[in-house]
Amino acid sequence: MDGSNGSAISMDEKVRNFSINFGPQHPAAHGVLRMVLELDGEIVERADPHIGLLHRGTEKLMESRTYLQNLPYFDRLDYVAPMNQEHAWCLAIEKLTGVEVPRRASLIRILYSEIGRIANHLMNVGSQALDIGALTPNLWGFDQRESLMIFYERACGARLHANYFRPGGVHQDLPEKLIADIQTWTEQFEPFLKDFEGLLTENRIFKQRNVDIAVVTKQDVYDWGLNGVMARSAGLAWDLRRSQPYECYNEFDFKIPVGKNGDCYDRYLLRLEEMRESIKIIQQCIVKLGECKGEDVLARGKLTPPKRSDMKTSMEALIHHFKLYTEGFHVPAGEVYAAVEAPKGEFGVYLVADGSNKPYKAKIRAPGYLHLQAVDHLATGHQLADVAAIIGTIDIVFGEIDR
Amino acid sequence: MSEALNDLAAVLEVKQSDAIVSSSIDFDELTVVVTNTSLLDFVDFLKGNASCQFTTLVDITAVDYPGREKRFEVVYHFLSMVINQRIRVKVMIEEGEQVESITSIHACANWFEREAFDMYGILFANHPDLRRLLTDYGFEGHPLRKDFPTTGYVEMRYDEVEKRCIYEPVKLTQEYRQFDFMSPWEGAEYILPGDEKKDA
Repeated sequence: MDGSNGSAISMDEKVRNFSINFGPQHPAAHGVLRMVLELDGEIVERADPHIGLLHRGTEKLMESRTYLQNLPYFDRLDYVAPMNQEHAWCLAIEKLTGVEVPRRASLIRILYSEIGRIANHLMNVGSQALDIGALTPNLWGFDQRESLMIFYERACGARLHANYFRPGGVHQDLPEKLIADIQTWTEQFEPFLKDFEGLLTENRIFKQRNVDIAVVTKQDVYDWGLNGVMARSAGLAWDLRRSQPYECYNEFDFKIPVGKNGDCYDRYLLRLEEMRESIKIIQQCIVKLGECKGEDVLARGKLTPPKRSDMKTSMEALIHHFKLYTEGFHVPAGEVYAAVEAPKGEFGVYLVADGSNKPYKAKIRAPGYLHLQAVDHLATGHQLADVAAIIGTIDIVFGEIDR
Repeated sequence: MSEALNDLAAVLEVKQSDAIVSSSIDFDELTVVVTNTSLLDFVDFLKGNASCQFTTLVDITAVDYPGREKRFEVVYHFLSMVINQRIRVKVMIEEGEQVESITSIHACANWFEREAFDMYGILFANHPDLRRLLTDYGFEGHPLRKDFPTTGYVEMRYDEVEKRCIYEPVKLTQEYRQFDFMSPWEGAEYILPGDEKKDA
């Protein structure tokens, strides 16, 4: 276009930047993301994500429902790993009310949080590979995810929207057979991961598409509030399970893998490694669960229902049950911020209670929100085709971003 | 944990005494209320000071208290990975009052402030791009304000005749029901039809 090759285009005809809409119905947009990309040739000059196409007003709805009724909304945020979200909500309520969670419930929560982490990472790694052209890993990943979904179902009756964690514990105890099956599953997962890795880790195309793409530095992590795998890929060993332990994570022996280069490939490797660490936690969890068989999984009190057997004989228990599921429990006035290390990063809940049975305000702080915001920063200067890889690597799910 | 927080609160009280209106530690969390005018300096201090280093912005949101003279609380959450602490900073503002945008200090404040503007109508001065974020293009009103009805005002559908999306006032086949299960001994006010006659 500079005229040196004798083209017919005159000098004053400027090369114009080109704007395209990426999504909202693009298969690599991971849901309903509309991104306005300003392109200079094939190079992205600016990315402007338009979100809110899946906005359901969760926070508004929560203000008119009781604490217990609000719990299922958390499954619908990041629907790839639902129980991790519930966890944050329960922790916030428990912090305000000062309820101690029984040990067995605490272990079950950790067990299912880690199952959620594996489910999430399997989905993410698989779909990222799919975004950049490999179909098989996604199918293999879904095969394993299916077993995990069945574990969800066997614990709480639902495959996705679990509604299993409760303020003060978990809904029901796990059957012995289920725990044994989870143990058997973990044993076959390690060889599976080897096969899975064999498809991607040394794959030439996968590397070409991922290495040195969307490099994140420590400064980026601070500036853009990145967390989870994004922060760890930049070399920051920051994991809430270690740095601000909740539940009984400090009893567990696991490592926090960190990256060196901060690119998409590092993040892929980190997710694989985190799955291995999660397997370790699950296995330790199963051993610990064996030591406290038959213990109660709910802190019996105002927050939780009475035992079924008590309700047959005690009038007070019956009244309590009725009041709990109609009026709901009251949470003392105050405000807390409770965060968990969800698979995608720090998932937090800022809860303002006014002493009644409904939250006065609940703000959901989703990790994907900040990651998507940083897309403009990450994608600028990359090729259009890399945008798909970047969206894959930041691990976004619109349920939690749009709320 | 709380000892370190006490120290931190003391440091802030000394160094930023002009900015701080009040500070408290509840549930092992430090909350500092600062004046609107000093917010930017305070956030900058939190980020830069060696004993704080709150380099990560975790969240910005607002809370609506329609009964108060200063209706909105703008709530900031910061995290310091260095000293492993969190802090909550609050600014009280009236309706229509502006808050200084902190995007110049924390780039990621951008979307949080857009969301607060979208949901509560809080204006952030010197924000680079204060557009609506989560609601529909052309949406009116601020949904998370307490005086905004949960059902909203308009609904959208695709019109077969006009071959386009049209907006209409919300029509509910059944009235939106808000059950009040609060115990009648604990504050719920039951107003039955005919009760208004007793005042006449």
